[in-house]
Amino acid sequence: MSALFRFHGGIHPPEFKALSNGTPIATPPLPARFAVPLSQHLGNPAKACVALGERVLAGQRIGDADGRISAAVHAPTSGVVSAIGPHAVAHPSGLLQDCIVIDSDGLDNWCAPSPLPNWQDAGDDEIRTFLRDMGVVGQGGAVFPTSLKLGVNTLEQLIVNGAECEPFISCDDRLMRERAGEIVDGIRIAAQLMRPRTVLIGIEDNKPEAITAMRAACAGSGFEVVAIPTLYPSGGAKQLIRILTGKKVPHGVRATDMGVQCFNVGTLYSLKRAMMDGEPVISRILTLSGDLARPGNIEARIGTPFAHLLAWAGIQPDSEGVIMGGPMMGFDLPSLEAGVSKASNCLIAKSRALFPPRPPALPCIRCGECASVCPAELQPMDLYWFAKAKDLGRAQEADLFDCIECGACSYVCPSQLPLVDFYKFAKDEIWAAERDKKAADRARMRHDFRQLRLERDKAEKAQRLAARATPAPASSAAPDPDKAAAIRAAMARAAEKKAEDSHAPAKTPLSDDAKRAAIEAAMTRAAANKAARESAVSTAAAPGDEAKRAAIEAAMARAAARKAAQGAAAGAEAGATPVAMPASPSQPKPAIDDAKRAAIEAAMARAAARKAEQGVEVGAASAAMPSQAKPAIDDAKRAAIEAAMARAAAKKAERDAAQKGDN
Amino acid sequence: MHAPYIARPSTVSVIMLKVLLALLPAIAVSVWFYGIALLVQLSLASATALLAEAAMLRLRGVPVAPFLKDGSALLTAWLLALSMPALGAWWLIVVATLFAIVVGKQLYGGLGNNPFNPAMVGFAVAMVSFPAQMAHWGMPHGPLDSAAQLAWIFSRELPAGLSLDAISMATPLDYLKTQLLLGGSDIASLKQAPMFGHIAGVGSEWVALAYLGGGLFLLQQRVISYQAPLAMLAGLTALAVPLWLWQPAHYVDPLFHLVAGATLLAAFFIVTDPVSGPTSARGKLIFGFGVGLLIYVIRVFGGYPDAAAFAVLLMNIAVPLIDQLTRPPAFGKRKRTKKAGQHA
Repeated sequence: MSALFRFHGGIHPPEFKALSNGTPIATPPLPARFAVPLSQHLGNPAKACVALGERVLAGQRIGDADGRISAAVHAPTSGVVSAIGPHAVAHPSGLLQDCIVIDSDGLDNWCAPSPLPNWQDAGDDEIRTFLRDMGVVGQGGAVFPTSLKLGVNTLEQLIVNGAECEPFISCDDRLMRERAGEIVDGIRIAAQLMRPRTVLIGIEDNKPEAITAMRAACAGSGFEVVAIPTLYPSGGAKQLIRILTGKKVPHGVRATDMGVQCFNVGTLYSLKRAMMDGEPVISRILTLSGDLARPGNIEARIGTPFAHLLAWAGIQPDSEGVIMGGPMMGFDLPSLEAGVSKASNCLIAKSRALFPPRPPALPCIRCGECASVCPAELQPMDLYWFAKAKDLGRAQEADLFDCIECGACSYVCPSQLPLVDFYKFAKDEIWAAERDKKAADRARMRHDFRQLRLERDKAEKAQRLAARATPAPASSAAPDPDKAAAIRAAMARAAEKKAEDSHAPAKTPLSDDAKRAAIEAAMTRAAANKAARESAVSTAAAPGDEAKRAAIEAAMARAAARKAAQGAAAGAEAGATPVAMPASPSQPKPAIDDAKRAAIEAAMARAAARKAEQGVEVGAASAAMPSQAKPAIDDAKRAAIEAAMARAAAKKAERDAAQKGDN
Repeated sequence: MHAPYIARPSTVSVIMLKVLLALLPAIAVSVWFYGIALLVQLSLASATALLAEAAMLRLRGVPVAPFLKDGSALLTAWLLALSMPALGAWWLIVVATLFAIVVGKQLYGGLGNNPFNPAMVGFAVAMVSFPAQMAHWGMPHGPLDSAAQLAWIFSRELPAGLSLDAISMATPLDYLKTQLLLGGSDIASLKQAPMFGHIAGVGSEWVALAYLGGGLFLLQQRVISYQAPLAMLAGLTALAVPLWLWQPAHYVDPLFHLVAGATLLAAFFIVTDPVSGPTSARGKLIFGFGVGLLIYVIRVFGGYPDAAAFAVLLMNIAVPLIDQLTRPPAFGKRKRTKKAGQHA
């Protein structure tokens, strides 16, 4: 038995677990209609890969993972796709999100299972792709795609999270009691892939049956089941890692950088089902509790409308609303028509008896009780003060983003302040300000660029007028530009080739990559620029071949620039993927800056190329391709949008991954 | 309603009630030694505080009832009444309480927003404005019966044949200070005076021990934390011990300082005020230690016999700085994040 560590603070809320943990996991009848959200995981929503009216089988993939940080979704039963579009989902905002609605045919026919029998010999990439396509995500709450968490071979400890510290919730408890063997199989897979020195399974000591079952299933495996003291929020990934290993993973640092990785028991169970049984994640264990006639745990198919489950469990007439999640961190379900997602761990029917309204809030008296229970070791009263004053800068300095929103501070506050609401508000404000700043930056960039263009147009117009006034020296200069243009073209070709080469090895550090791309883009831009100037001058004398060559050259330069921009964008995206990034956490930022610079360079290069075309157009109307001017602008726009999207995705992924921990 | 949907049933009122409860032993001992005068002062202070609080809340357009019920005004009143001389004139405690509630608390924004301890603001105002009135402390089991005490408080009339000197006396701290200033003999002989008891003042030392008891109750109830009281007593001792060892004839022993005057009242009921004190554990240590040092400095080298109020008010000024400098690092971080220009 390893020595346990303590995390700071924590609370002992009433548990309410006995309401639901006494009966075996049940299987309610399937509903007639399922609403499967396309976004059930952190990262990009899945892309629907079925058509309206298409007949699907249970387990059939209906949404493909979109990019690295994403996961597939699958049909929970057999039936017909009756709608693809916005539908109510389990999100506190109440906003609609894209779902695939499936009308069940009542047969529940399954497609053939597709396990990965040779997973021991499979490569990292193959396993990742497999898990992504099977829709395996973290079931502890953050729904981080599991494919991105596997494959670190230098792990000291693999932590299995069976703590389940939040009141009311007992789905992991029942899962461990009833399906310990399959969880341990899942642990075996994870352990084989990640090769940790030790595997520690943390379970709160208020679940003795689960501890016994897991110990029995772990016999001879070398995995250690550790009973940890019941103390909310010991089930937070950072807190559990602290308890079991003594390591404190700070905000913004990945657990793997400190040699630890943490998986929820439900995740490992679904990992086993996917790998060994070929069953994608189309169901999960869900606790139904609160003001119900028959509370308990069920194996719920993904997409099952909450109303169906609550009706089945006998929701009482006096219940007032339903909480999704636990009472500490959950939220009011805005619509019961929403379907179960991979993150849905608990539904609590509220009643006045279970959740009496809090007395009205009084001002903070700085009693410090919140600080004494804060597991993130923050000074919540200071954060409250700053958030209330909208002093967002100081809130950030006071480590606002280290807050895990566990609610312990609000729970103990004698002034009854909804402290977490203030922190969420402050975080939202900061994110909104960042978005605004980015939008403003983009607008400024566009404006600066336009000014530059206008000035150059003016200068060139003046130059052309001057050239028309004195046409004589053009004939003697004609052979020279010919040669120069050829050299230029060769240079552009070389630059293009180089850019291609430098992008081929995907594993080189990305900041270098992006930088190099930026340099390449700059070089092509310079080449294109010069070519444009030359052709503008030369076309007056030799409109035929010369103009054509210049046009080809310009097109090539444009292509090179676009490629460079794409490379930079891809680089930025890759940088956002936590697992792909080997080095320090400070790297994504320079990468983003580089990407930005590359995007600007690329856009300018493209504009220069367009200029060259225009020059040709003016000089020799017959040789010009008027239709190309527009695509160039579109390209630039698209590239800019692409780059911005990549940046946003990178930022979001970084933020989410860091904030939600690795659960 | 938002998460968390459940809450621990603890309220500001409960906290304040526990503190009031913890003061009861000291009040009882006080009444035993000094008569009902203290109860009169407590009633006057309480009534004034509640009326002033209600009036100010109304003026500020804030709901009156929830704030009156929080008990904070009552606590301020009680602490003030316990700090002032029990035989003081009725208007003295009224003025002090008015000042404490109106200026010390409500003008800053009421509960939770006052940078200074309101009771100590009221006390300091009375001390500075009416030093003579504040010097008349009753003597244990003095010559005044209850009726006479009432008459004296409300009309300043003494029974025939009694002078002011006959009913009041200087506190031991006051006596030591004046005698030593007058170039008096050594401490040992000064302590033979009638106002000295076993450790400190006769009678008042028992009241002080009752404060200690109340403080331990609050510690046990986790209403207060140990840092500020302990650090305050340590700060006081840190100066008292070396000077006493150096010149025991001129500097009174540390134990006397720990029990005399308002030391234990301040340690457990004043420096533990959460609103006007720092929040972090380290901050509380610094704050308490500073108060302890200042109490000794003002008592021994300053112009006032006791010093808890001034020491606390001075350290209250430093609280925002202490808070800023002692914010503990967040989970897993070594230092708290600093940005350039933070201290601009």
